[in-house]
Amino acid sequence: MCIGMPCRVITRSGELGTVEYCGNSREINFALVPQAGNGEWVLVHAGLALQIIGEDEAEQLLALLEEFYAERD
Amino acid sequence: MKRVLLAHGDGGLYAAALIKDLFLRHFRHAELGRLSDAALLSPVDGRLAVTTDSFVVQPPFFPGGDIGKLSVCGTVNDLLAGGAQPLYLAVSFILEEGLLLDELEAVVVSLADTARSCGVEVVAGDTKVVPRGQADKLYITTTGIGRADERLLLGAEHVRPGDAVILSGTAGDHGIAVLSCRTGVSFQTQVVSDCAPLNGLIYAISPYFSSLRWLRDPTRGGVGATLNELAERAVLDIVLEEKSLPVRPEVRAAAELLGLDPLYLPNEGKMILVAKQEAAAEVCLALREHPLGREAEIIGHLERGTGSVWLRTVLGGTRGVEMPAGLPLPRIC
Amino acid sequence: MLSGIELAQAQQLLASIQKKLPGQLAIMEVCGTHTTAISKYGLRPLLEPLRLLSGPGCPVCVTAAGDLDRMIALAGAGCIVATFGDLLRVPGSKTSLEQEQADGADVRIVYSPLDALKIAANNRQRPVVFLGVGFETTAPAMALAVKQAKERGLTNFYLYSCLKTVVPALHALLAAPHGLDGLLLPGHVSSVIGRQAQDFVASLYGMPAAVVGFGERDILLGIAAVVRMIEEGKPGVINAYPRVVREEGNLLAQKLLAETFNIAAAEWRGFGVIPASGYVLKPEFAGHDAALLFDLPHGAVPQEQEACRCGDVLRGAIIPTECALFAGRCLPLTPLGPCMVSSEGACAAYYRYDRKKGVAPA
Repeated sequence: MCIGMPCRVITRSGELGTVEYCGNSREINFALVPQAGNGEWVLVHAGLALQIIGEDEAEQLLALLEEFYAERD
Repeated sequence: MKRVLLAHGDGGLYAAALIKDLFLRHFRHAELGRLSDAALLSPVDGRLAVTTDSFVVQPPFFPGGDIGKLSVCGTVNDLLAGGAQPLYLAVSFILEEGLLLDELEAVVVSLADTARSCGVEVVAGDTKVVPRGQADKLYITTTGIGRADERLLLGAEHVRPGDAVILSGTAGDHGIAVLSCRTGVSFQTQVVSDCAPLNGLIYAISPYFSSLRWLRDPTRGGVGATLNELAERAVLDIVLEEKSLPVRPEVRAAAELLGLDPLYLPNEGKMILVAKQEAAAEVCLALREHPLGREAEIIGHLERGTGSVWLRTVLGGTRGVEMPAGLPLPRIC
Repeated sequence: MLSGIELAQAQQLLASIQKKLPGQLAIMEVCGTHTTAISKYGLRPLLEPLRLLSGPGCPVCVTAAGDLDRMIALAGAGCIVATFGDLLRVPGSKTSLEQEQADGADVRIVYSPLDALKIAANNRQRPVVFLGVGFETTAPAMALAVKQAKERGLTNFYLYSCLKTVVPALHALLAAPHGLDGLLLPGHVSSVIGRQAQDFVASLYGMPAAVVGFGERDILLGIAAVVRMIEEGKPGVINAYPRVVREEGNLLAQKLLAETFNIAAAEWRGFGVIPASGYVLKPEFAGHDAALLFDLPHGAVPQEQEACRCGDVLRGAIIPTECALFAGRCLPLTPLGPCMVSSEGACAAYYRYDRKKGVAPA
């Protein structure tokens, strides 16, 4: 229901800042993730940063699932 | 700053000055200099091709081009897609009162340069001025005249199952470049419009003309709409390969940002070519020899069907590529 | 686009799920963006006989017909109406924003409600109304816009709120009879509300669920996790999108929502009125509440044609192709129900992407 984009923080200035996604940039509002620093990745929706994006977790989850999906092969 | 006045369109001294000081300085064909009501041209060898197109792009200046350049590219590429070698252009301007003369000159220079660069001559022209608010700066209509190239036998009726679909370069560049400067959705992008006349590219592959069955420049509605038209006309299915579709990463990212699909974004410097299966790989390699075809790819093929377009996704699923309904709208949901 | 590693992981997951599928399971993707993504990636046919069912998470689809009419009336009333592109073509009972625009209404497509604030600042003499459609993901941007309007004295900025909250809809869905075996929970709503706020899905209703991201691999990861829970009979609410979703969500966003909105009953297409499921502006923001300040048409509006089964689609009771109107009388240009109208509606997604090859288009 909500298209959100992972974007990299380029500059911060108070509540505002510029983010970049693959050669495209725009100014967004950081009121809800004030701790986001330059170079960090944030989830952006409707001009607002909603979360800081962490490391890709897939390896861990895949490892958890592997045990189930590997048996009975 | 000097601006366009209503008087510039009234046929009097102002109009004469505009023609002499602006248009004739940049458009140099002898027929124009005669200031006659019609250009008289030498007969051409073979059938004539005629096409006309109006340009109302908003904004008139965008990254990688402007309405002047666009008005040449669009018409030149239409002549090529129709199987003709572009020769002449007639150009008609609708100007909004108050347009800066410097902006008009920039457009005229760009139009003239583009025409010159692709060997097409502007042989006729017209200008009208409408009161402020009745147009958005300026609109241009170009009419193109070309010579049918009898080596090209093109049309949906010639397309056969097994034929390959080739795209001459990346999809969606123009759409993103233009969208990026619209108010309300504005963002900064490195993407520039692909806007380019393609006669150099198409004539670079003239040895393969007999292997081509259909050409079309995928402007409005993009690759998706253009191929739907072909599938419907030919009553064949087209199957595209997602992994082969050339899209610049920054275009893909901007399209994602706006909730749009690059398949439906307009292009102004790309050609879709349908070629006989056995020649497709060579045609594609020949396109890549030319600067405007470096990123050409075979993106799919035709098969028996009912006139639909399909896409095989990177995971091996097949999904429909529908005719788009209306202009692409940026969305958030 | 997937990286090479992600593609390999996605292929591995796909093969694993295909091998492990125990028969005809029904898993609902609650979120409309998931519906569109799954169709666009061509995943439905690849995962058969698994049935992936759409849910109530398409904000345009669940917006009541009366609300649509009131938003369209605002455009006809001389306001500058600012909206996301999603709403432009959605027909109300008589007309759409697109048609009103052709009739001279001033409709502006924006990317953010904060952009609409700029329009209000540049047009101080004219009312600017933002059409607020969305869930918890979108609501914070609207809350921020209203707060900033108040702080900056932009008295000509208004919000028409049809904003909704997802948790009550999940309760309404799961408390009623349904044939679901598992849920894919909306990843971006969860970035705001957090994973643990949805624990009730498993603890109260015994329904296995995963909070899921939006790439090919993300979605397959979520499905794999849910299939495993179903198979093992151990329902839980797994976070399959932890790079974005935290246990507690975004507390600042939750605080902002609580400061700006009260929770009230709201009408959902397909569900009727759901108690405590809508966001309305608090009294201190009444000066920016378009619903209070403009004279708008009231009264019930017929929801949709009798034969239209959007309600069943939004509850996951059927898939779009099982509706008799689908692709026959109900088409994208002449939609009879909201799920065909919205670009992320289930019927639109199925029409666009999921028709079977070889079948002549209607």
